[in-house]
Amino acid sequence: MATRVTIDPITRIEGHMKIEAIVEDGKVQDAHCSGTLFRGFEIILRDRDPRDAQRITQRVCGVCPAVHCTAATLNLDSAFGIADKVPDNGRMLRNIVLGSNYIQSHILHFYHLAALDFVDVAAVAEYSGNDPELKSLKGFISRGELAPFVPRYEGDYRFDKSTNQELTKHYLTALEMRRLAHEMLTLFGGKMPHNASVVPGGITEHPTIDKITRYLWRLNRIRDFIDNTYIPDVIAVAKTYPEYFKIGAGPGNFLCYGAFDLDGKISDYASRKRLFSQGVVEGMQTYKPLDPTKITESVKHAWYDGEDAIHPSMGETKPNAKKEDGYSWIRSPRYEGKVYEVGPLARWVVSYFAGQVQVKEALDACVKELNVGLNDLNSVLGRHAARALDTKLVADSMAEWILTLKPGEPVCARFEIPEESEGMGIVDGPRGALGHWIKIKGRKIDRYQLVVPTTWNASPRDEKEQPGPMEQALIGTPVKDSENPYELVRIARSFDPCLACSVHTVNLKGKKLGSLRIV
Amino acid sequence: MFHATVMAGQGETVVRVMRDTSQKKPKGYLLVVDGSVPTGEDGLFCRIGELNGKELTMQEMTAELAKEALAVLAVGTCAAFGGIPSGAPNPTGAKSVADFFKDEGITTPLINIPGCPPHPDWMLGTIASVLIHGLPSPEALDEKLRPKEFFGKLIHDNCPRRAYFDAGQFAKTPSDPGCLYEIGCKGPYTYADCPTRQWNNGVNWCIGAGAQCIGCVEPDFQDKLAPMFEKIDEEGLERFKIKTR
Repeated sequence: MATRVTIDPITRIEGHMKIEAIVEDGKVQDAHCSGTLFRGFEIILRDRDPRDAQRITQRVCGVCPAVHCTAATLNLDSAFGIADKVPDNGRMLRNIVLGSNYIQSHILHFYHLAALDFVDVAAVAEYSGNDPELKSLKGFISRGELAPFVPRYEGDYRFDKSTNQELTKHYLTALEMRRLAHEMLTLFGGKMPHNASVVPGGITEHPTIDKITRYLWRLNRIRDFIDNTYIPDVIAVAKTYPEYFKIGAGPGNFLCYGAFDLDGKISDYASRKRLFSQGVVEGMQTYKPLDPTKITESVKHAWYDGEDAIHPSMGETKPNAKKEDGYSWIRSPRYEGKVYEVGPLARWVVSYFAGQVQVKEALDACVKELNVGLNDLNSVLGRHAARALDTKLVADSMAEWILTLKPGEPVCARFEIPEESEGMGIVDGPRGALGHWIKIKGRKIDRYQLVVPTTWNASPRDEKEQPGPMEQALIGTPVKDSENPYELVRIARSFDPCLACSVHTVNLKGKKLGSLRIV
Repeated sequence: MFHATVMAGQGETVVRVMRDTSQKKPKGYLLVVDGSVPTGEDGLFCRIGELNGKELTMQEMTAELAKEALAVLAVGTCAAFGGIPSGAPNPTGAKSVADFFKDEGITTPLINIPGCPPHPDWMLGTIASVLIHGLPSPEALDEKLRPKEFFGKLIHDNCPRRAYFDAGQFAKTPSDPGCLYEIGCKGPYTYADCPTRQWNNGVNWCIGAGAQCIGCVEPDFQDKLAPMFEKIDEEGLERFKIKTR
């Protein structure tokens, strides 16, 4: 008998998420994925001063606001005709603001969102060492204050007691690393979340020797953590849960907008030199350059009215909360009509096949160390591994970029808001490809559209009924114990979803459904 | 404790934590509301989980949990004053917790801790104060229900660039030295201790990074205080009862 498994909400993600899956013969037969929160940012942006878009779109989310301010300012730069005028200091400081957010976000994801699926914090109850933090946590647990670590799914914690205790210590150290990364961003951004300094034309903060020094010691502490704690911990999880290289395969198509401008003289964001390459890879082999005109969005199964499969620059936002065919607040972005995954894994696969030397060397070393093939990276563990490599390359690159800043030289270009114009800002954030599109009329926003990374990954079925990447990753998954379906939450979390999201079931026609509520 | 971003568990297990708390510990817990309450389309714009096969909206859970709470903390400008989702044309019928309470007739004590984002010290300081000293006295809150300890002083009065304002030296673009008033700084209308507390362990703050204050802790953020980079006009000065030299 088919069993309906419902998990609502999925926790330890950004936003709310729900999974309902049909499990039959120990396997997921079908799943739908959808978002359950709508706020209408695009509607609210209409008729406002275009410059406010940078401040308002950042506030979509406090976890990766830096990439929204990056996409919004690239978008405004292009609409204002100054995409090639941003001074080097401004461009590099924008990279440094974004990069600080990358490493914070990735450390957050591995330790504070994903790790509790693999690490048994309850092992600290039997801790007998002298680490003050672990002793304090032990005291907390022994008083019966088990939240937030229980209740939880039981049954698949594989590390021994001392490894669990050590990894729990790293969970606590990672909090400190995230604080440091926020401080790094704040040195040049004013505050985090929602920095104040990134503006059209560049940035408002000036580099000084004092700020560079305060930045660098923090960065080097984090780099030490990445090299000697984060990466070894990901390897330990990979070696202890090795079958997760075979679980959670997405569509096998990868898309990346590129990130971290290494050149500011080319106005076209799809072709300017970036640390990570722009492009698409199909089937883990063929690299093609990025053509942003091939992006479309479908609303067939989303709670919106409007036309299907149109370019985001033409997109409308007309919510219809009670639409019959709808099951999500997330729309379905597609590239050439096909389903693409975005995120660190996509970023690394695209740069790998585009021939980015640092990426190629690191990824080759990674698959060798983990004793897997390149194709195995299309999996739960592949996503975690790519995210860890991403953190290292960005952190190491920032250590070089920070030394290229030129105190005393300009940080920002001047501009006029045009009467009428259009713009596009595309860049990869921690979770993948982010696009902002603007149309200006009468010096005000006439249309503003965002296509965010999780819209790609957690998209519902499109007008051709193709399931989104996360839906595809869930379908076919073996579920050992449908009362503790840890496989499903591990898959969902490997994408690091950053939206309220839910995964619904389809009724199997003609079959009787047993119903099991996960408690 | 219920906090979806950090809890190990998921699904009904954790939704039950929420409901059990309100049923088993009436007046024995604090409810922290993050986000404005979308009331359009029967609350369908935000669904937060399921219990016994029924989807729960933020609207109904906020009402249910707030009624039995010792006090409610509206954390962030969205919860405190409506924030960005309630900006014109307010497509989701988003309401501040205070307005939602009025509609629902809820009388639980409410403390607003606005900010976009709210400073962690403001939030933890308020929670710690309730735990140690009990609910704040009415005099400890301003007329917008904000703790005076954190929101008692005008940013403009403590701004390190105030001397530029008094001397009439104004920045022309955001990266310039000088007072940012002419290019839209909302410090003269905004009550918060950012200039002295600063952000992220005292590393910096908005004006410190050469950027205008956008008034993110105020009820008038982001509609009446818009555009963010334009100086408030005469009518605005009147409306906010601002005295300039």
